[in-house]
Amino acid sequence: MEYYGYTGFVASILRDLGLEPGDIIRVRRPDGLVVEGMLLPRYGDSREPIVVLKLRNGYNVGVRLTGSEVVEKVGSIRRGEPGAPVPLVDEVEVGGSKIFILGCGGTVASRIDYETGAVKPYLSPEELSLSVPEMFRYASVEAKQLFAILSEDMKPWMWSVIVEELSKVIRSGYDGVVVTHGTDTMSYTAAALSFAFHKGLPVPIAMTGSQRSSDRPSSDAAFNLTAATLVASRAPFAEVTVVMHGESSDSYALAHRGVRVRKMHTSRRDAFQSINARPLARVWPYEGRIEVLDGNFRVRGSQELVVENGFDEKVAFIKHYPGPIAELIDMLVDKGFHGIVVEGTGFGHVSSDAIESIRRAVESGVPVVVASQTLFGRVNLNVYSTGRRMLEAGVIPVEDMLPEVAYVKLSWVLARTRDMREVRRLMQANLAGEISLRHDINLYPRWSYD
Amino acid sequence: MTSLEALDYKSLGLKVGLEVHQQLDTEHKLFCNCRAELNEGPHATLTRRLRPTRSEVGDVDPAALFEWRRGRYYEYQAPLANSCLVEADEEPPHSLNREALVIAIAVAKALGSHVFDEVHVMRKVVIDGSNTSGFQRTALVAVGGSIEVNGKVIPIETVCLEEDAARKVGEEGSKVVYRLDRLGIPLIEIATAPVIESPEEAREVALAIGRLLRLTGRVKRGIGTIRQDLNVSIRGGAKTEIKGVQKLELIPKVVAFEVLRQLNLLRIRDELLRRGLSREAVKLEPVDVSSLFSNTSSKILRRVLDQGGVVLAVRLQGMKGILGFEVMPGRRFGGELADYARFWAGVGGIIHSDELPAYGITVEEVRRVYEALGADPERDAFVMVADERGRALKALKAVVERVQMAFDGVPEETRAAMEDGTTRYMRPRPGAARMYPETDIPPVKVTSDLLEEAERVKPEPLSVKLEKLVSKYGLSRELAVEVLTDARLDLVEKLIERYEGMLQPTVIASLFVVTLRGLRGKGVDVESIEDSKLEELVDLMARGVIAKEAAERVLEEIARNPGEPVAKIVKRLGLQRITVEQAEAIVEEIVRANIEEVKRRGVKAHSYIMGKAMERLRGRIDGRIVAEIVKRKVEELQKQQ
Repeated sequence: MEYYGYTGFVASILRDLGLEPGDIIRVRRPDGLVVEGMLLPRYGDSREPIVVLKLRNGYNVGVRLTGSEVVEKVGSIRRGEPGAPVPLVDEVEVGGSKIFILGCGGTVASRIDYETGAVKPYLSPEELSLSVPEMFRYASVEAKQLFAILSEDMKPWMWSVIVEELSKVIRSGYDGVVVTHGTDTMSYTAAALSFAFHKGLPVPIAMTGSQRSSDRPSSDAAFNLTAATLVASRAPFAEVTVVMHGESSDSYALAHRGVRVRKMHTSRRDAFQSINARPLARVWPYEGRIEVLDGNFRVRGSQELVVENGFDEKVAFIKHYPGPIAELIDMLVDKGFHGIVVEGTGFGHVSSDAIESIRRAVESGVPVVVASQTLFGRVNLNVYSTGRRMLEAGVIPVEDMLPEVAYVKLSWVLARTRDMREVRRLMQANLAGEISLRHDINLYPRWSYD
Repeated sequence: MTSLEALDYKSLGLKVGLEVHQQLDTEHKLFCNCRAELNEGPHATLTRRLRPTRSEVGDVDPAALFEWRRGRYYEYQAPLANSCLVEADEEPPHSLNREALVIAIAVAKALGSHVFDEVHVMRKVVIDGSNTSGFQRTALVAVGGSIEVNGKVIPIETVCLEEDAARKVGEEGSKVVYRLDRLGIPLIEIATAPVIESPEEAREVALAIGRLLRLTGRVKRGIGTIRQDLNVSIRGGAKTEIKGVQKLELIPKVVAFEVLRQLNLLRIRDELLRRGLSREAVKLEPVDVSSLFSNTSSKILRRVLDQGGVVLAVRLQGMKGILGFEVMPGRRFGGELADYARFWAGVGGIIHSDELPAYGITVEEVRRVYEALGADPERDAFVMVADERGRALKALKAVVERVQMAFDGVPEETRAAMEDGTTRYMRPRPGAARMYPETDIPPVKVTSDLLEEAERVKPEPLSVKLEKLVSKYGLSRELAVEVLTDARLDLVEKLIERYEGMLQPTVIASLFVVTLRGLRGKGVDVESIEDSKLEELVDLMARGVIAKEAAERVLEEIARNPGEPVAKIVKRLGLQRITVEQAEAIVEEIVRANIEEVKRRGVKAHSYIMGKAMERLRGRIDGRIVAEIVKRKVEELQKQQ
């Protein structure tokens, strides 16, 4: 049975001696090695008969037990909170606004997890805000932890819970809300919030997270949180945004529109980029400055709160690939999915042999929405004959909408109506800035190799 | 003050521990696939800030917290050729470089250390910006073992494998500039127990450890590739950690100066107690004395006051003369206080009464400051700081705290070594509080495969190596011993093997341990001569292009013109070797030109002609051959008559 991550005979030795993490133990090996250190929980491969000790000099080491060692307890110390945030200042001057931080997990709130040795969300937003006193320059902060999960565990029902919670917070009169979230699926949640609040939002909702966990001195969490606080408390727009590093340096952040943003890199601080649109604003957290880049926004305080909550959990999101795509679509229809979003090739195509499957889906009342896997540019099903046949089979092309946004939108739409015409109308209407009919020549990043 | 020579280190209870950091010569860096080399090529620029974090046991390193409060930020030059997203802290580290781990295990085995069964990479928090991540990745590979130096067993405490830090290239105001090429180069750190008992012994132990490392043939050479940290304490003193001694020759001086400093700090403590002073009586009661200097001719004060700053002063009761007390050559106790003020408050410095009048501050102004402080000019001292009010206040607080520490003698500190062997306060000594597991890298099991590979890299014991140099290469025992201490030992061996049968091993060995060292003695910078240049030179010698006698002059030129190809230098100096026939023709010519002198001097003409001939032939042919030719030619001529 497992004992603080240890198994097998190491676990039984430790258990028999009543040793627990925090105890100082001494191991004498027959070869003369004597190691003394604090017992740590085992992380990593627990099948190996190795005990992990923290030595007095702070180093962790693994010592193999074979049964011929002498193991004894020589003391014990109280363990603190590893990786917990550090309150950096004794007193803080609090800015005039009042914001709320809603914690939804992610790296921003992570520190070491002794089950795996990797990081796991642990921090409450209160802890987090105390360790980032800079944010108090802009606003006083209240906080609540809603979920302590990693990005990949997010599900559509949780979007509803977040919307519900945010509605309550906004009704009770804050100047803005910051939502901390794992970065991998942040853009999905941002899109979900954008649609749920598209009819009326009086204050900004700034989502943020971090690409380096907050237990590191180089974490981007403080910078991003401060920037998001600045947006929530001072931005002229009442929009759902993702506020993250704008470049690798700690200089400015970008506030991206929630329906236009995508994580474009696995690890860089500036992984988030707006696609087919300009970010709403450049945000300078140290200077307290917000530089608006796109003037087309809902003005703060111009609307009352209107909430349209609810998401359909049975929507599929697939990608065309040179393979048996028709079978996949058939299977989804047979399994009773309510809608399908297809990331088509280039202009939005799927292979000709899948067109009959699409027709069958549409005829069975399952809308098939088409976006493009190129991400940049607009879907156009008029250029090639396959596209024309897809249109004729009943697909719903969604212009320059990001595929992930199309998925979230379809989930939201299907929770309101299953009427095919209404679904088509809503999917093709620009509700929250997810569609634009004009791209100027500079709206595309070009890679530089100088 | 005591002179260095008079110190009896044994009776002072001197204890020195050594930490040797040596860059490993691996293909790649420790946690990424960049080449482990410096690079001056084009770079991208990043600016970042760092924040203190909590350790695994929940503590905060006060030094780290402090660095953050100073409002420092860092500019990184990221050379495109030798740094990637890992050094830029934009990508998690890759797995631990196996090649580096093998070398570290090999060294640990050579020291007889116990290698752990599982190596855990840790983060050692360092937020001075020298690591983009805010921590240095380090792993404890082995403990225990020993090295024998002059018959004494020096126990080894730890053998660690760690990444080198970024290279500091500048600093302006709150900004520090670093270059990322050095960040991530693998380092082995070997720490001895604090059993070294004299400054000279410290040097010898460092030398022995350096030699052992070089015997692996897998470590880098040259300036900055090996650095020593010293832990120095004397009885009644405290452990001082001195960072970054790059030159071996400096070690004894650094240790001796530190002993002197601790000794003098203890004397200051005794003097304070003798004067009946107490820690409690040292109070931070700053007085704004700006108005006393409204018409001052001191430029330093003038500038601060013009910019809206203030001059704050604090009285140090009964401490006249203490601040002017020299603790190290060229360094007074006041200087120690100034370092604290600089570090904790970021001020430029302090002004204390024991150095006044100076800086344009007059006797009259000093008198008035004493008056304003209600202090006695005969007994008391004072410290002034001129700066923006908040900073000046912080600086005086740091000064007062340091003066309070003087009642305990020696505070525990981390100090930086200067070029002249003196040291400066860097920061308080950090503890184990700054260790945190590197969560991005799973623990590495030390498998039997790893141990076997390490066995192959493990350096031969010195005695075996010495025997090989003597019996296999025919070096004299004396020369062989010298070769073993040479930094370029592996190159010497390589060249001896490469030119077997073409060039005598003794000639090659002498080039390194006699000629090069001789030049260094003359002040020629031989350390920075690249290996490739030495290889070129030996090649020219082996092919008979130059005589071994020419080596010294060529080397001198190589050091002076590092960019010039060796063959070109040889040509420019006219040092190509000449044949015996050519030498005969030249001697013949000299004899004819001096025919009257030869006649007049008779048997003594030999040495006269020899001098003339060597002026033209030195370095181009063996002198013995010249002597033989001269003898022959002179005798021929005299016979003819």
